[in-house]
Amino acid sequence: MVEYRIDRRSGVATYLQIVQQTKQALRLGLLEPGDQLPTAREVVETTAINPNTVLKAYRELEREGLVEARRGLGTFVRRSLGAAAAGSPLRSELAAWASRARASGLDRDDVAALFASVLEEQFAERPGAGADESGAGQINETEGDKA
Amino acid sequence: MTDTAIEAAALGKRFGGPSRSGGWALRDCSFRLPAASICAVVGPNGAGKSTLLAHAAGLLEPTEGTVTVLGAHPSATRERIAYVAQDKPLYPQLTVAETLRLGLELNPGRWDASLAERIVTDGDLDPRARIRALSGGQRTRVALALALGKRPELLLLDEPMADLDPLARHQLMGTLLAEAAEQGTTVVMSSHILGELAHACDFLLLVGEGRIRLGGAIDDLVAAHRLVTGRGPLTDALAPHTVIESRATGRGLTALIRPAGPVAPGWETAEPSLEDILLAHLRSPDAPALLTPSASVRSGSSDMSAAVTG
Repeated sequence: MVEYRIDRRSGVATYLQIVQQTKQALRLGLLEPGDQLPTAREVVETTAINPNTVLKAYRELEREGLVEARRGLGTFVRRSLGAAAAGSPLRSELAAWASRARASGLDRDDVAALFASVLEEQFAERPGAGADESGAGQINETEGDKA
Repeated sequence: MTDTAIEAAALGKRFGGPSRSGGWALRDCSFRLPAASICAVVGPNGAGKSTLLAHAAGLLEPTEGTVTVLGAHPSATRERIAYVAQDKPLYPQLTVAETLRLGLELNPGRWDASLAERIVTDGDLDPRARIRALSGGQRTRVALALALGKRPELLLLDEPMADLDPLARHQLMGTLLAEAAEQGTTVVMSSHILGELAHACDFLLLVGEGRIRLGGAIDDLVAAHRLVTGRGPLTDALAPHTVIESRATGRGLTALIRPAGPVAPGWETAEPSLEDILLAHLRSPDAPALLTPSASVRSGSSDMSAAVTG
């Protein structure tokens, strides 16, 4: 069973921390298809966060096709995440780019800032990613799920 | 069952004698709290938080306006509500075990003895210890055991965690939220420290000078505000929006706004944290109040679910 650790000072939304930690567990092989995620009750009891936050994280993971909720049984892993394409051409392109950036005089923070801003630009408008923007309807739905 | 836990309409309470707001502890409070919310009631000392909770508990009669709890007058729903006052009143001469026994006797048919006992045992309390011999934090634990053991539909907690150590706070909050998640309990907790509540709650009421200044689902409240940073005169760029607070940042400025349409190009916008929003409102007492639709009092009493037939 994975255990979530919530960093209250990180500035990352709590539900995203759960999403990220689940993905990390999938990448590291700590979770495999068929494994069960902790129930909302279990997460809430150990982390003292809001139950709706857990449900929101699980919905996001479900939307990405990583887990599925089985009614009355719990939430289960559907597929794993490959070990971030360790030897892929994308990685070597990025490595080549990073060494050019360094050669041109950028330091580590410059590169990180540049990379973050490109990430922001390329992934900002992911379709359907506005899970936290949709407001009241979303929340009512959650209340139904809780019972 | 109603989908509204608490509804206040123009609620006002005036205590005798002059005070800084003319004797009014609450004035013109209107809001709706949806059932199954975990709600934080925050605000500075003396803002009216405790008075608001005491009205919901049916312990105070409004001077004007009304408050409805679980669809009825608070005095008619008392057995479905649990209320833990700030000073955690218990009988000092009783032992812990006798106090839990009292919970059983006073709540026939509702009492969850195993839950109440578990909360007490988690704190390593001796059942034979007298209440008067307990520390403040231990008394809080017994008071919460009594309140949760009642299996209330609405749990009102006035400054519940103030005298608990960090470990006990975390653990009791976990138990409380797990029970709430399972039972669909509505929980209302007041505090003047937001930190301890921000992650536990999904609904917020900010009280200031006896009024509701912000009310709504926390996600909606955050979505209604933006932090903008840029250069140039404030008035031109931000004119269409409601500016809650603005501060100089280098050569430009950072402002918390409630956007009314797109923000002018050249201004960087970011999602504020709940803390950003609360601090900005506390520093700007004249900022207009905001109730999101989920917190607004509905006109009439028609049931929404009736519209979703076929």
